[in-house]
This record gives sequence, structure tokens and C-alpha cells, in this order.
Amino acid sequence: MSMGQLVPTTSARAAAARPRPAPSRAARRRQLRGRTVAPYLFIAPFLLVFVAFLFVPLAYAFRLSLYADRLVGGEVFVGLDNFRRAASDPAFWSGVRRMALFGLFQIPIMLGLSLIFAILLDAGVVHLRRLFRLVVFLPYAVPAVVAALMWGFLYGGTFGPFAQLADKLHVTAPQFLSSNWMLASIANIVTWEYVGYNMIIMVAALQAVPRELHEAAAIDGASEWQIARRIKIPLIAPALVLTSVFSIIGTLQLFNEPQIMTAIAPEVVGSSYTPNLYAYSLAFPFRQINYSAAISFVLGAVVFAGSYLFIFLTRRRRR
Amino acid sequence: MPTTTSPRARPRRRLGAIALALMVALQVAATAGCSEKSEAPSGPVTLTLWSWVPDLHEQVNMFQAAHPNIKVNLVNAGQGSAEYTKLRTALTAGSGAPDVAQVEFQLIPSFRVTGDLVDISKYGANNIKGDYVEWAWAQVSDGDAVYAVPWDSGPMGLLYREDILRKHNIAVPTTWDEFATAARKLHAADPKVYLTNFPPNEGGVLTGLAWQAGSRPFHLKDKTTITVGLNDPGALKMAQFWDGLLKEGVVSHEPDFTDAWYQGLNNGRYAAWVTAAWGPVFLSGSAKSTAGKWRATPLPQWSAGENVSANWGGSTLAVTKQTKHPAEAAELAMWLMHDPQTAKLYTTKQFLFPVLKNLLTNPEFVDQKFEFYGGQQVNQIFGAAASQVDVTFQWSPFQDFVYSTMNDEVGKAVSGQQSLAEALHAVQRKTTDYAQQQGFTITG
Repeated sequence: MSMGQLVPTTSARAAAARPRPAPSRAARRRQLRGRTVAPYLFIAPFLLVFVAFLFVPLAYAFRLSLYADRLVGGEVFVGLDNFRRAASDPAFWSGVRRMALFGLFQIPIMLGLSLIFAILLDAGVVHLRRLFRLVVFLPYAVPAVVAALMWGFLYGGTFGPFAQLADKLHVTAPQFLSSNWMLASIANIVTWEYVGYNMIIMVAALQAVPRELHEAAAIDGASEWQIARRIKIPLIAPALVLTSVFSIIGTLQLFNEPQIMTAIAPEVVGSSYTPNLYAYSLAFPFRQINYSAAISFVLGAVVFAGSYLFIFLTRRRRR
Repeated sequence: MPTTTSPRARPRRRLGAIALALMVALQVAATAGCSEKSEAPSGPVTLTLWSWVPDLHEQVNMFQAAHPNIKVNLVNAGQGSAEYTKLRTALTAGSGAPDVAQVEFQLIPSFRVTGDLVDISKYGANNIKGDYVEWAWAQVSDGDAVYAVPWDSGPMGLLYREDILRKHNIAVPTTWDEFATAARKLHAADPKVYLTNFPPNEGGVLTGLAWQAGSRPFHLKDKTTITVGLNDPGALKMAQFWDGLLKEGVVSHEPDFTDAWYQGLNNGRYAAWVTAAWGPVFLSGSAKSTAGKWRATPLPQWSAGENVSANWGGSTLAVTKQTKHPAEAAELAMWLMHDPQTAKLYTTKQFLFPVLKNLLTNPEFVDQKFEFYGGQQVNQIFGAAASQVDVTFQWSPFQDFVYSTMNDEVGKAVSGQQSLAEALHAVQRKTTDYAQQQGFTITG
């Protein structure tokens, strides 16, 4: 090997070691721009839909809430008047209180049932797991309107099957559609609908818990109950918080079931039974779209406050 | 009548309202497409008509046969308040309303005040004015302006089970005092039977009963000044009467036009129905198993010997301001209501109670014998009632709010949270608040 032969090699190596000729400033800018624009292009479809169907309507609704369209005098700017009125509107706040009471009982019962079913499924205690999962989940596939109509029939005071059965046994069935029972009756429909949905979320979370942990606990002599209580439930706490927050939001915005009940028991479920029903009644039959928009924003604030309070409380407890 | 709007369900409940709005919008878009197709009257014109009257297509076909250049798209957009909610939404949105819509008498002022109805006097509506009973025309007109064509009416009366009253040896009540006595006696004799049902959800009945008792809740002094007296002496007299019967438990209080209520009419739970002139035929279709057992009689009176009735229900056809073909739309409304053959068909096919003078006196209509009522000439009872309705009765320009508030408050009354009289005071308070928010001046 002659030195002469080495020369091109070294020179090539030197060339390689030498920093690449700096790209022109324009090219670099182009490259940078490409890097900054590309992500936006990727999220553009989402952003477009988000702006068109959430941001724009929200902004429009907020604008509406600052006006009042009167039968006499037409549309006038009223500033925050609608919000002031909402703050002291007994019809709205009694609906919020009713839903708070509803959630206080319905959410723990529903999520408790979901959790029990999820743990039973995960522990393999249940035979025919797939069938069980399907049966519990099936009500969620029934549209809420259909579910409410169906339960409305079951609850019927003179011809419903419960009433007929009670009649055969010479006892009186509760008046499910009376003002004393209505809230519990709706809670039952909602529980029936959403137990399976929440159960699926919990089952998914349970499946992500490493098997080694159960096995280690089992080897240490822990019972199934202890494994569930000490290992599984703490580890799926985030899923429990998630389902709770969903349920709080869903409860405060309850609409379909009470709306159907207004046809079956109009004397019990009035136009302001739930806050969302009230917003609807205001906007459509009562022609107060502006005030309805304000009520919707206040309801949004209540939902936000309720969810945040719950997250705040559970976080502190976990610490 | 009951409202059922059916919002779509999933995903999650919040979307319910949005879905509903969307549904309305879609429906609206679908019908809007039809009315936009043709501009010039030279080509065929398509009109959209909203109505919930059954079998109306027969009359619509007759109209189309007589008007080869007008096509009619008949849509059932729901009954009563269900339709009004959609109509209001479309009118507010600025597009999607039908050219012609069915509107009950009590809602005419509410749609008029927002300028949503076309004055059809310029299309010759006043030419047919003389053919209608005076009060029906008064309800749809304002001086020479005409905002709708009357269709049918509902002078009130009482339908009762002749067999049940006879079995318990109870005379047919002619006064409200006798009615109360009969209610007590009947319920004591058979605790499963009530003389009648007091529907807590029916602003029309409540208003009609108060109307008969002398209540005149609204008076518009001018376009911005209104008197509101939903708890006036007449209304309170009526409320206290029913309060007594409800407290004693001798009348039931189930919402009407629900499954439970239909069952009650069929199985003899209710021995009478306080209803209107459209009731007899409606009942014969809804309580077939009781054929031959019912009879009609005038509404019980507050003082013996009086002859006072009131009105519940009755419809019109109105042309909406969104129509692109007002002349054709007005023709549709007038022809469907007024053409002799078409109008007569309503009394024999749909059994609507007519407001055309020549039909009201037509022997074929007046002397018709109903098998369902044991061969009774029911129309004579209601025909007489029609002449006993005070024609000066006025509706508010926000009647849907009033009826909905009545439903809320009377509902609380029948579930024992307040008396019916207190309910009327609450309705009065809420309605005056609402009227003030809407910019009206309230006068005593």
C-alpha cells in the first residue's frame, strides 16, 4: 500500500469530518417552517371541527347571553342582566339541588355496582364471562329515549307489570311516577343504562394491573377479597375518578329521561325539573333564547365547579 | 295535548339537546328544500303544509286536483305544542318553516305578536268572512286584517257513562253542585270508579272551565299594555270547587292523553269526561270497548237554569311569513277550509266540529245519530253549546308559557304540595313576571 493511495482516503475522511457546507439561510428557514407547520397541518382537521362545532357555538351563545329579545322592544343589549337573574332564579337552582341529591345517591350506587361486577369478572369468579359482560353492557346500547319509554311503561300505576303483580299479591306497589318516587325512578333508569358502560372502563383498567402483583399477593396468602381491596382497587383509582367525573357531569346535565317522563307524568316532571330541561324549556317553548344561553353558561360553571371539587377532594385524600 | 319531543340519545346526555336541535334543523332543511324549488308562479309551485289532522291527505288530494299548478307536501310535525316548538324554532331560525301551518286558536296571538303570520286579507280572505260563525272569525282577525282561516272549534260539554250512573242510581248532573254530590256518591258506592278525571296537565281544560265560570284572564289594551288576571274571581271559584273534590279524593287526577288515561276511559275508571265538541268522535275511536254506553249532555252550570259554555281547542290554518308564495299559500288555506265539498268531508271523515254556518245548520250534520252514544244526536248538544260561548274571550300573546306554567303549578297542586287556588296565584305571579321581562306594561 503506497502512501499515494492513502491520500485520497485521508482526504475523503477529512472531507467527511469537515462540517457539511452550511445550507443557505433561505433553505434553513424553509426547513424550520416545514417543521413548525407540519404538526399544525396534522391537527388541522381536529382543530377545524373543534372551532366550528364547539368554539364558534360557545362564542355565539355567549353573545346571545348578553342580549334580551323581547316581544315588546325587540333585541336589546342587557350586559350581565341575564346572569344576575340566573344567579337568583329559584327554578334553576332547585333543579341543581335536585340533581345534586340525585347524584349523591345514584352515582355511588351505580359505580359501586359497576366495581363489583368488574372485580367479579376480573377475578374469573363468573362463569360465562363473555355472556355476563354482554348482558350487563347491553342496556347501554339501548337508546336513552327508548329506555325511558320502556321503564315508563314498567312503572305505570294502573297497568304496569309491577302494579299488576302487586295487585295479584294483594299489596300496593309504590307509585313510581308520583312526585315522591320520581327521582328514584329516574335514578333507577340511569343506573340500569350506565352500570355496564362504567363496568367496561373498570374492567379495562383492571386488566392493565400487572398479574405478578396478584400472584405475589396470592402466594403471600391474601384472599381474593384482600387482593381486590388492597391491590386492585387502589391501582384502578384513576379509572374510578374518571368514571365519577363522567357521572357528575352526566348527572348535572340529565335531559333525555326526565324529558320523556314529562309526557308520561307531566304533573310531576315540570319544565324546570333538571337544569338542562329548564334551559331547553326556556329556549324553545318560552322563547327566551338569550336567558337560556345564560342559564347554560351558569350550568357549565356548576358542572366545572362540581367536577373540579371532586378531583380536588380525591387528590388530597390520596396524598 | 301532550308534548313528546324525542331527542336522540347517545353519546351521553348532554348531546340530547344538541341532537334535538339538529333533528329540527334537518327536518327544517328537508322541508326548506321543497319550498325553494320554484320561484315564478308560472311553473308548478310546491307548498309545505304542517298539520296533525288524521287523513288530511284526502282533502289535500282534492285541492291538488283542483289546482294542477300547486303541489302540496303534507307533513305531520307533531300535535299541538310539539308542532309549535318546531314551528317557533324554524321561524326564529329564519328558514325551514312550512308555507302553511295548523295553529290552534289560543296560539294565534302568540304567533302574531312576533310577526310570523301573513295577513291574508289582500288575497281575498274577507270574502269568506260572512260564512263563519262570528266568534271563530273574531279569533283569527283584527279589524280587516286576517291571520288565519278557522277550521274547527271545541264548545265544551260533558260525556258520561249512562250505564254506570244508572247502576248507582245517580242522576245526570246539570249543575256543578249536583256534579260534586254525584262524584261523592259514586266514589263511595264503588271506590274503583271516579265520576271524572281532573287532568293536571291540560291548560286548555283549566282555561275552559275558568272561562265558563266567568274568568277573563287577559285583556290587551294596546300592543304593549296587558291585563293579567289568571287568578280572577271566576278562575278562583272554579279552582276552589275542584280543590274540594280533589281533597276528598272523589275525582282522580291523571294526566290526559296518556296510556293510563286511555285505559281509564276503556275500563270504566272514569264515569264522565269533561270535553269539547271534538271529544265524542275522538272517544268513539279511543274507547271502542265501551260503545253504546256513553251519552252527551251540556256542561254542568254554576247556577241552575243557566246556559253557559266555553271553548277548548279548535284549529286554524295560517300562512307563515317565510312562504315564498303567499298567494298560493293563502289559496291553499282558504280552499282547504272553505271549499264546500272539502269542508263537509271534515265533519264526516275526521269528525271535526265545524265553524262554517251552513254546515252547522246542515241537517245531515245536526241530526246525525251516533251508535256509540246509543243513537243520540250528539251534535245537537254541542251545537247548542257553540252558541253559549262568550265570543269576547282573549288569549295572551305568550299562551305557550301560560299553559306550560299551569302544568307545572297544577301538577304541584294535585300531588298535594299546594291547593289549586294557590297554583293559580303562582301562575299569575310567574306570568306577570314573564310579561314584564318581555317588555309589556301590566295594568290592573
